[in-house]
Amino acid sequence: MNDDLRAEIRAAVTAILDGQGEDRTGHKRVWKELSEGGFHLVGVPEAAGGSGGSLGELAVVTDVAAFHAAPVPVVETAFLAGWLLARAGLSVPGGLVVASLDEARGHWQDGVLRLSGRLRVPWARHAGHVVTMVRHEEENVVAVIPVNAGVELVTEDNLAGEPRDVLVLEGAAADASAAAPPGLDTSALLMRGALARSVQLAAAARAVLVSARHYVTEREQFGRPLARFQAVQQHLAALAAEVTAMQVSAEAAVAAVEHEDADAEVAVAAAKATTSAGARQVAAIGHQLHGALGYSSEHRLGAVTTRLWAWRDEFGNESHWQDRLAAALHDRAWWSLLAGGAR
Amino acid sequence: MTTTIHLPPHRLSAASQRLRDEVRSFLDAELEAGAFVPRCDAWMSVADPAFSRRLGARGWIGMTLPSAYGGHDRSPLDRFVVTEELLAAGAPVAAHWIADRQTAPSILRHGSHAQRERYLPAIARGECYFAIGMSEPDAGSDLASVRTRARQVEDGWEISGTKVWTTGAHFAHAIVVLARTDGSPADRHSGLSQFIVDLPAPGVEVRPIRTIDGEHHFNEVIFDAAVVAEDSLLGERGAGWRQVTAELAHERSGPERYMSTVPLLRAWAEQLRGQSGGAAAERELGRLTARAWTLRQMSLSVAAALAEGRPPEITAALVKDLGSRFEGDVVETVRRLEDIEPRKNGPGLEGLLAEAILHSPAFTLRGGSNEILRSVVARGLGVR
Repeated sequence: MNDDLRAEIRAAVTAILDGQGEDRTGHKRVWKELSEGGFHLVGVPEAAGGSGGSLGELAVVTDVAAFHAAPVPVVETAFLAGWLLARAGLSVPGGLVVASLDEARGHWQDGVLRLSGRLRVPWARHAGHVVTMVRHEEENVVAVIPVNAGVELVTEDNLAGEPRDVLVLEGAAADASAAAPPGLDTSALLMRGALARSVQLAAAARAVLVSARHYVTEREQFGRPLARFQAVQQHLAALAAEVTAMQVSAEAAVAAVEHEDADAEVAVAAAKATTSAGARQVAAIGHQLHGALGYSSEHRLGAVTTRLWAWRDEFGNESHWQDRLAAALHDRAWWSLLAGGAR
Repeated sequence: MTTTIHLPPHRLSAASQRLRDEVRSFLDAELEAGAFVPRCDAWMSVADPAFSRRLGARGWIGMTLPSAYGGHDRSPLDRFVVTEELLAAGAPVAAHWIADRQTAPSILRHGSHAQRERYLPAIARGECYFAIGMSEPDAGSDLASVRTRARQVEDGWEISGTKVWTTGAHFAHAIVVLARTDGSPADRHSGLSQFIVDLPAPGVEVRPIRTIDGEHHFNEVIFDAAVVAEDSLLGERGAGWRQVTAELAHERSGPERYMSTVPLLRAWAEQLRGQSGGAAAERELGRLTARAWTLRQMSLSVAAALAEGRPPEITAALVKDLGSRFEGDVVETVRRLEDIEPRKNGPGLEGLLAEAILHSPAFTLRGGSNEILRSVVARGLGVR
């Protein structure tokens, strides 16, 4: 039942993204098509203005978008902004809404919540609204602010050319706000982002594998396809192994969070550590197997390898999550951290 | 042929978690009683028949066999839970390991009723141990070129040839031998058959092969016109290759393919917990923990595939490639961070480290070298 729905979502989103062809600049058109199908807010409850569906279904949309290196903010919208809003009991405003990675400072003035601070907000330049955590007198608040002429916007890009903007707020007025439920704080947001990037990293890694497999089968040198060379086969198998490790860790972490496992945080930490650490080898073997051709901007390989290099450092790199796992071991026996159970 | 390899994660049931707690309590009690000391690679090298019998009495050997043959009708995933608990504890399970892992499923699938009755209940009791006669002096990774021959004679089969690297043949009660019954080595995969030969037997000589640490776990087994009964043929004449391939799925897919050095990693984690190992050691512990977590999920997925009857030949090879390299990674990381001198038979970390270093060349050779495993994966990807 679940699997059928997920397969349907996978097929529908794949059809939309296959349609983008080699055009990597038309994100607005692709986003429009995704939005028309409601795929931009999967996993966000309908009551909050989302499309409904589970985290597993959202992970499918995220996976397909990352596999296609689609230049669209699925994670920033559904995974983060929609999640923050729904958790705080707020509704998703119309237009593009994305999440701030940082907490703003807030103060109330004449019944209006005013926000200040320097916030990292991916995709802010295209957004109508930004959702942010706000610290206000020891309370965590979730607030929505419009991105308009009144806020200063600094545009920066990550290694893959994805918008990684900074909003500078000086008393900007919030449109809406609500107290954050217990446990919803910047640490929970980091964990959520790490889960999303794990899914994306695994999907981008799979795209490298698919492309490499295709390339070595088609490309002939010394009178035979590259795939006939044992050295190439060994490289491809090592690539497949790392990609599969990334994929399994990301899927297992999604399942752990979706089922609210006691050790869901361990799963996310392990998945982000695994997918971030695997990115280097996957990109390296991928480029080696594609030869010079893969280094050209005309080949789509670069769109995924630059994402691997960017995403591995976003929401904590492997060292960050390795340290978190080591810290968790201060009060857990090693084997019970891995396999659960008593002690 | 596929373009990628999919290994969907599996979630263990609440019941299997209770089984885990049961096994863990048993192991704690055994440790407390001083019945064993955690050792690396214990599934390969530490045989304790009394311990095996105690496991058998608890129903933790031959778990997936039908009760009609002395088994316990449990799922392969329950067996996975018991297996990983035993490996994590570094328990002395080598006596029954091969019989439980691959011989019992093989006899259940291919054996005659008489063979099943003769061997399976004894295996499940933890009393009957097996050795596997596959490799030969001229057939290591290239198994299809075995030269051992079995010739049909008046009262059975006459077997001649030499098997090498046969684990535990010096204490096993029987050995499963892959031999050519028909055709010539040029025929490769066809004309091979499997035989069960009880040990000791006239015409069968078992000689130790000592490893670089001077230890005796492996053997050379020489068959000099050894005559075995007609009914020692296992399965079908000429189907040996197919049977062995199915057996390899069991041999390669288990959690022992990434957990051999987990007892060292656990001991190291315990030590770091008690003292500050410094930021570098903590981070490396975190790195190995993340890797182990992922490998465990992969291993669990492979077990689930096996349980559902999806032959995991490709994925088992892939996980074993990663897992066996992880085993060596653990050893070198602990050594590099700890600045201690390994001591053969020494206490604590020094002793575990010594044993693990001396065993480490085997990790990426046994059960199919990693190069062979990668060529299996390449075939799965359709490029071979």
